[in-house]
Amino acid sequence: MACKMKNVPFKGTPEQEAALKVVIAELKDEKGSLMPIMQKAQDIYGYLPIEVQCIIANETGIPLEKIYGIATFYAQFALQPKGQYQISVCLGTACYVKGSGDVFNKLSEELGIGAGECTPDGKFSLESCRCVGACGLAPVVMINDAVYGRLTPDMVPEILAKY
Amino acid sequence: MYRSTVLVCGGTGCTSSGSIQVMDNLKEEIKKHGLAEEVEVVQTGCHGLCALGPIVIVYPDATYYANVQPEDAAEIVAEHLLKGRPVERLIYREEEKKELKTLNDTAFYKKQMRIALRNCGVIDPEKIEEYIGRGGYQALGKVLTEMTPEEVIQTILDSGLRGRGGAGFPTGLKWRFCAVNKVDPEYKYVCCNADEGDPGAFMDRSVLEGDPHALLEAMAIAGYAIGSAHGFVYVRAEYPLAVKRLEIAIAQAEEYGLLGKNIFGTDFSFDIKLRLGAGAFVCGEETALMTSIEGKRGEPRPRPPFPANKGLFQRPTILNNVETYANVTQIILKGADWFKSIGTETSKGTKVFALGGKITNTGLVEVPMGTTLREIVEEIGGGVPNGKKFKAAQTGGPSGGCIPMSEIDVPIDYENLLAIGSMMGSGGMIIMDEDNCMVDIAKFFMEFCVDESCGKCTPCRIGTKRMLEILNKITDGKGTLEDIQKLEELGNYIKDNALCGLGQTAPNPVLSTLHYFRDEYIAHVTEKKCIAGVCKALLSYVIDPDKCKGCTLCARQCPAKAITGTVKQPHVIDQEKCIKCGACMDACKFKAIYKK
Repeated sequence: MACKMKNVPFKGTPEQEAALKVVIAELKDEKGSLMPIMQKAQDIYGYLPIEVQCIIANETGIPLEKIYGIATFYAQFALQPKGQYQISVCLGTACYVKGSGDVFNKLSEELGIGAGECTPDGKFSLESCRCVGACGLAPVVMINDAVYGRLTPDMVPEILAKY
Repeated sequence: MYRSTVLVCGGTGCTSSGSIQVMDNLKEEIKKHGLAEEVEVVQTGCHGLCALGPIVIVYPDATYYANVQPEDAAEIVAEHLLKGRPVERLIYREEEKKELKTLNDTAFYKKQMRIALRNCGVIDPEKIEEYIGRGGYQALGKVLTEMTPEEVIQTILDSGLRGRGGAGFPTGLKWRFCAVNKVDPEYKYVCCNADEGDPGAFMDRSVLEGDPHALLEAMAIAGYAIGSAHGFVYVRAEYPLAVKRLEIAIAQAEEYGLLGKNIFGTDFSFDIKLRLGAGAFVCGEETALMTSIEGKRGEPRPRPPFPANKGLFQRPTILNNVETYANVTQIILKGADWFKSIGTETSKGTKVFALGGKITNTGLVEVPMGTTLREIVEEIGGGVPNGKKFKAAQTGGPSGGCIPMSEIDVPIDYENLLAIGSMMGSGGMIIMDEDNCMVDIAKFFMEFCVDESCGKCTPCRIGTKRMLEILNKITDGKGTLEDIQKLEELGNYIKDNALCGLGQTAPNPVLSTLHYFRDEYIAHVTEKKCIAGVCKALLSYVIDPDKCKGCTLCARQCPAKAITGTVKQPHVIDQEKCIKCGACMDACKFKAIYKK
């Protein structure tokens, strides 16, 4: 996925690396534990740049190519940092038939970014997601953990202004 | 003992509309009035009627409050809990001025039958005592002390329970195929598919959030039946609340000795681990899910070998979805004959549907198999809102099809849905009205499948992409009749040749809309017209000269400078320049601009 903040320098700290190594030491002997390790790594760093993947490869002995394959297969793993406020617009069926596509376009227009992109100041990133399970409130947008339901495109500027 | 219990819905629908704040305020007010010893506040799972959230129910009188706002808490406590006078204005009524009814008499609940959802919205899912209080873990006790593994399998087989996640394979048969592999229990696995990827379906989430122990107990029963010591729950990472409640439930069950070593003092041992999905729809396919638990890219494997012989880590494995497991304990306790008495000839028991889209009562409903779509839409669902007409119901998610008005009286079961070109799937049911374009809906699902195709087999990877291109061509007004034919041919080819369930069913939304709504496709290509007014390229915005006052507002809004006219004279839109953004229509105060 493209990101407007390309080539963001990796800013991992020794503390983060130490935390990751603890996780790996704890999990690496368990069968099929690579995904849990990668999920924890993403929790620690916020995303999974190649540098972090290298640490995992070195510590577990699993080839980097395999780790990269997994990181790119699953939508949840991000190779680029996300914005401070991650906006995800539900494009599940229930939201879609109630017009979440228009809400997405409005957000994209207001922020000047497309799906999977981040604003140049690093404040907002925009993505679509498939169903957050709040279909009763369709159409739904999540900004970090806050859920906004029953939205129309003209409510978008007001919501963005809160951040 | 408390004299009154207040249930606050803590499901995802209600928490999204602010139920946690409502609960905190209720607790605060109760404390203020010195009622903390008399009134208990319980955070439950989902009640089903998500459209009316946040929902609060006060027992013993079962007063059902809907759309409760945090500021209403003070009134509920002061009036209802202190003085015993229910707050009339907040009580749920089906229609204005209609008499109040008890909960089970309302149209939404009357036709429902709750087996899988029996505890959802009734107990506090974070307390194992409440689950045990409702008969929880009795079935596991019965199985371990009174039944042989073969008897358990025979009971499940006799009950006629079929998989609730998709194709409807008989659950008992699946267990038997796996049980016949006599290997060390250490190397046999019980898996649960809680990776509810079908957009618009959220029943599994509701069970996980509202009644997690029901799943754990059923998995332990399955472990005993097939001779396995280890279980895995593969749950979506997008369901943080479900993950949290499962973690709590597993810890509590272990503490009570209901999971772990020597359960109920027998020599049966069973543990359950959680694995988080990472956002891949294909991981709902059984072999892909197992590959993902192994920590690899979640690509499906060709079958045979079937998972019953070579599944997780190449060992014998069974996989069922959450709703299937949620039925197991009740079958064990009440017997196969009881379960068999519900439903139709080929499909026994109940099915949970997630009702969404253009319907008044969005939410979760559990009905006996054989209930008609009309009963679900018109009676339970309360019909299509805003006076619009019902057009179609989409079931089975991206693998299913659209059911038109002409088939609305078909009793819903596995076979009937297949016969009318859809499928049960996991039970998403999205209602569409006359404003939804069926070609656009088909395109929506095809985009989903293109996105989610894992890329392993050619028919799915390339075929779905080509189908999407044709659909785009049609909605852009560049399609031909030949394209429609090509679409159908390609769809049937993919259906026959793709490797896994995702690919084989991916063309279904297109094929079923082509079958029932071919006229719409033809109108798109021959008349270049989208009847529902959805496909932008086929629309034109027109100004009604009788209604236009010449205020110039639309002309000033138009980003393409396509609107011309003099002040106080009717304006016109230059169709060549118009980019169809709709800004003029939003701006017009006289409703003089319309789409055609």
